[in-house]
Amino acid sequence: MINAVPPVLDITPLLALQRLTKRFGGLTAVKDVSFTVEHGAVAGLIGPNGAGKTTVFNLITGQYQSDQGEIFFAGTRLNGLRTHCIITLGIARTFQNIRLFQKLTVLENVLAGCHYRMHSGLVAAMLHLPSQQREEQEAIDRALQELEFVGLRQQASALAKNLAYGDQRRLEIARALATQPRLLVLDEPAGGMNEQETEALIGLIGRIQARGITILLIEHDMRLVMRACEKLVVLEHGGKIAEGPPEQVRCDPKVIEAYLGTEDDM
Amino acid sequence: MNRFTSFAVALFVALMAVAPLFLNAYHVDVLNSIGLYGLLALSLNLILGEAGLFNMGHAAFYAMGAYTAAILNTRYQIPILWTLPLSALVAGFFALAVARPVVHLRGDYLLIVTIGVSEIVRIALVNDVFGITGGANGIFGISRPELFGFVIRQPQHFYYLIWGFVAFTIFLFLRLKQSRFGRALNYLREDEVAAEGSGVNTDYYKLAVFGLGAAWAGMAGTLFAAKMTIISPESFSFWESVVLFMIVILGGAGNVAGVLLAAFLVIGLPELFREFSSARMLVFGLVMMVMMLVRPQGLLPAKSRQFSFAELSNKGSFR
Ligand SMILES: Nc1ncnc2c1ncn2[C@@H]1O[C@H](COP(=O)(O)OP(=O)(O)OP(=O)(O)O)[C@@H](O)[C@H]1O
Ligand SMILES: [Mg+2]
Repeated sequence: MINAVPPVLDITPLLALQRLTKRFGGLTAVKDVSFTVEHGAVAGLIGPNGAGKTTVFNLITGQYQSDQGEIFFAGTRLNGLRTHCIITLGIARTFQNIRLFQKLTVLENVLAGCHYRMHSGLVAAMLHLPSQQREEQEAIDRALQELEFVGLRQQASALAKNLAYGDQRRLEIARALATQPRLLVLDEPAGGMNEQETEALIGLIGRIQARGITILLIEHDMRLVMRACEKLVVLEHGGKIAEGPPEQVRCDPKVIEAYLGTEDDM
Repeated sequence: MNRFTSFAVALFVALMAVAPLFLNAYHVDVLNSIGLYGLLALSLNLILGEAGLFNMGHAAFYAMGAYTAAILNTRYQIPILWTLPLSALVAGFFALAVARPVVHLRGDYLLIVTIGVSEIVRIALVNDVFGITGGANGIFGISRPELFGFVIRQPQHFYYLIWGFVAFTIFLFLRLKQSRFGRALNYLREDEVAAEGSGVNTDYYKLAVFGLGAAWAGMAGTLFAAKMTIISPESFSFWESVVLFMIVILGGAGNVAGVLLAAFLVIGLPELFREFSSARMLVFGLVMMVMMLVRPQGLLPAKSRQFSFAELSNKGSFR
């Protein structure tokens, strides 16, 4: 296992959001939200459409800056850091509306995740210095291992845009894993997947957790959430309405009310 | 490379190597023009084709290089070819300074800003801003380049200088493509948010590619100054930027062979059909329109890198 993170003897949570608020003009998309994700956990962020889940992810990974509140990752304050710096600290993400490098190969997509751990610059690249060549081959090997891990090794040379939808989701996960993260945030990883693919995804999430990677995921598929997550945070209209283990959250009257009248049945 | 491509490349190189022996001075000069435009288009291809940044002001960087070389040569008697690195530096740093505040702009906005920058440069040259550019008349009397004591003056000699530099450029740029740096440019072009979200410092690469492309255009400017021995602002008009943009898009943004092929067509064909005078430009415009309608991806669209079997034969895996 290349990505295994040594057991951290750390009592502080890996990720901590403190009273986070984000406004878009007059709309408050995230309202005073606080929660934590513990080392090694699989946590779920759920809520009806437009509840502000993706916005929370974008705040964590620095795509948006919060108006109030703070985010801490392994003790480091993330506010104000640029996205690529946050990735460097050990958070990786996937996107709700798949964002792959469509016209590049599957392998090149995963190599993007390897990028920041490589060092060769412009001159080394133009001259193909031995150190650059070695680094390049190492990165390719690592990327292939991640493809093997998600089951896309055979498609390494295919173009990303030619993959089936479910495979594209898994490719995004492979690219994220290639950054060797400590925390992986997945935005609706089962979106658009059929039952079989969702089943395989639950297995994959388990194997990622077994590598010592903490997971925070947004998901509408309640079967997946109930089976995969140890902890759930529920948002509605930007505010947190419940938090706790799945069995407890599903019986929470506020949560039931929030989901009443929507197509998602708990 | 498959066998057909290898054969085509070998044939092209062989033909180019002996071409001056069979062509008259005029045709060699046309090839020299194609070489210079090819060089400029290859440098623009890094910015526009590989990184997807809409730069419609490439002539400004070309001008910076040409004027740096001309001024250093005529005022300080520095041999013209020695000014190559300095032209590269001046053009490159100028690009960094210009690009720093604007690279975050989206495609079409960036395009307009770069047009503005190139016009400012041209007008500054015409108005002789620092009293060193010679105004609208430009700079005369640039000395002939010398290589190992050999003075380059005939078109045939320039041919080997220019196309030698083109070959050197292709060698370096093809290698750049197969690297972390080259891939980062492609990630930028494909999806900036995903690139940044994968840990790529997108601002850095945008600036770096602007600097690199401009530095190369600056060196093309030096070769141009050396070939002409006289330069003036009209050689660096907005039209030059448009032609270069066109070559890159027509050839297939991101494809070195396609860009070179387009340089041959866009610069070479109008020269060959000079007899037809004004009609040739009409035909030329029509061909452009038809091309963009029937083959918008360019003559030779960019291909994704093919990894060799050896590179892919990694055995390791998780459990
Ligand atoms: N960049 C933005 N500008 C303006 N409003 C935004 C922006 N991003 C999100 N919003 C708004 O913020 C609210 C929360 O959106 P968000 O995407 O976070 O919801 P979500 O919980 O992820 O929903 P879904 O389940 O549909 O993905 C929505 O009303 C949305 O329209
Ligand atoms: Mg969402």
